[in-house]
Amino acid sequence: MSDITKQSLTKLVENIKNKKLSSADVTKAFIERSEKSKELNSYITEDFALALDKAKKFDQKPNLDLKLPGIPMAVKDLFCTKDIKTTAGSKILNNFVPTYESTVTENIWKEGAILLGKLNCDEFAMGSSNETSFFGNVQNPIDKDLVPGGSSGGSASAVAGQLTPITIGTDTGGSIRQPASFTGTVGLKPTYGSCSRYGIVAFASSLDQAGPMAQNVKDCALLQEVISTYDPKDSTSIDFKRNQYSKELNNNIKGKKIGIPKEYRVDGMPKEIEDLWQKGIQYVKDCGAETIDISLPHTSYALPTYYIVAPAEASSNLARYDGVKYGFRANGENLIDMYEKTRSEGFGAEVQRRIMIGTYVLSSGYYDAYYLKAQRVRKLIKNDFDEAYKKVDAILTPSTPSSAFKIGEKTNDPVSMYLNDIFTVPVNLAGLPGISIPAGHDSKGYPLGLQIIGKAFDEQNILNIAYAMEEKIDFKNKITDWWIK
Amino acid sequence: MSIDLKTIKHISKLSRISVDEKKAEKLAGDLNSIFEFIEKLNELKTDNVEPLTSVAETTLKLRPDKVKSNNIREQIVKNSPQDNEDYFVVPKVIE
Repeated sequence: MSDITKQSLTKLVENIKNKKLSSADVTKAFIERSEKSKELNSYITEDFALALDKAKKFDQKPNLDLKLPGIPMAVKDLFCTKDIKTTAGSKILNNFVPTYESTVTENIWKEGAILLGKLNCDEFAMGSSNETSFFGNVQNPIDKDLVPGGSSGGSASAVAGQLTPITIGTDTGGSIRQPASFTGTVGLKPTYGSCSRYGIVAFASSLDQAGPMAQNVKDCALLQEVISTYDPKDSTSIDFKRNQYSKELNNNIKGKKIGIPKEYRVDGMPKEIEDLWQKGIQYVKDCGAETIDISLPHTSYALPTYYIVAPAEASSNLARYDGVKYGFRANGENLIDMYEKTRSEGFGAEVQRRIMIGTYVLSSGYYDAYYLKAQRVRKLIKNDFDEAYKKVDAILTPSTPSSAFKIGEKTNDPVSMYLNDIFTVPVNLAGLPGISIPAGHDSKGYPLGLQIIGKAFDEQNILNIAYAMEEKIDFKNKITDWWIK
Repeated sequence: MSIDLKTIKHISKLSRISVDEKKAEKLAGDLNSIFEFIEKLNELKTDNVEPLTSVAETTLKLRPDKVKSNNIREQIVKNSPQDNEDYFVVPKVIE
């Protein structure tokens, strides 16, 4: 059984299609491993019994033309799943059972996949270490007491620990790419408007995007192909011609122009990250691509911009949690008192902090100085990328300024936690696609990732570059199963 | 600039989150360090820059206004912390 969970998604699909494995075999294997992996705390809600039923039902009349035939899959608990509790990692949604399904998960089930359970994440996806979850820390399978990154920490941990063959996360400022980098997995943040936001618990609506997290680039391309659809239920969903990303995957990147932005060489960046980046540059050259030095002059303004735009949108989105129609309610002497106590007891510290920042920057007298200013700088950041893409086809950067850190190491210093997303945030602000692939290890043996940023709607191109690099890098994740007794 | 306790109390009222003295002090410290970091934006002159409100360069599509939902009133009310048959219940608002 243990060998089933080691197989890639692509291999599992092939084995089910060739009838070498049944959906029940595969589902059972992932359930058994998940059962033995409670210490990772990757799951918030397990749905194992129902998953096995569905797998057996699939096997009775298997439709092998589907893209994910009978494949079990756990998803981030930010996606609404009909009749299955959806918490967003928050106490305030601790007992919320959606009456509808998110479009992204609906797309997955339509292609034959089976829900294993809902994965842990930072509360309302606000965090970079999965430590803000109401349901507790998640362990990184790489090493004990190491954060898996965040906010899609449970997702990253579950893929790296082989509790699910593949998963979906969401990325508002780096929440797919940073945990992918911390766990030695592949994570794609698609172009804004590529995957529907319908049924995803909203954090910052102009930045949020769902995307695949996988063991390799091909698996990632396959899931992207399934989840990226035009959806009239999301007014910012974009109707463009989508590729068959996995079928069109091509490692020939000869002649591609790859930009190397000098502003990503930040002060205090460890030498190991710089070395990794140089190695990455060599890899793309070895693949026949050309690297070009470019400038993205407003890079250092991206994080301050993000910490105005995202909290502002969050404070507005989270106004709906008032204890009236769903979720947690604290008793109060009157209606206002009930609201205030519900939100004070229902939200965790980081979420309250961000609501406060957002409320402040939107409040009368400060709107122009902060929110409007940030939107203007956001335009400059996007212009930087537009200029760069006149010269290059894609951009190569490190994914994060460090490898995974210890649980508790950064919880008392919000700004140092925010700095984790320094290389990923500009991509969200500009609405571009970005992929993180594992590219090496630091001296402690922890994985490090490289990020490839593409033009809008050019997912195929960055997947191809990632695919070519993956072959050269030949990364092996060092997972010892330390948590399995 | 610095965010004082009075401002914290004001924001907490606007955001409908109750804070006691201890929490207010912690928040003031956190917010000040975050705003110190945000102030970096003032280095930039942006008067002539158009604000970016959405990266999705798309015009909103129109659709017929049709009811698509099924009758799910019961499931919806079931999610409420306190209900009385078909109603959501809140503390008394009219004396």
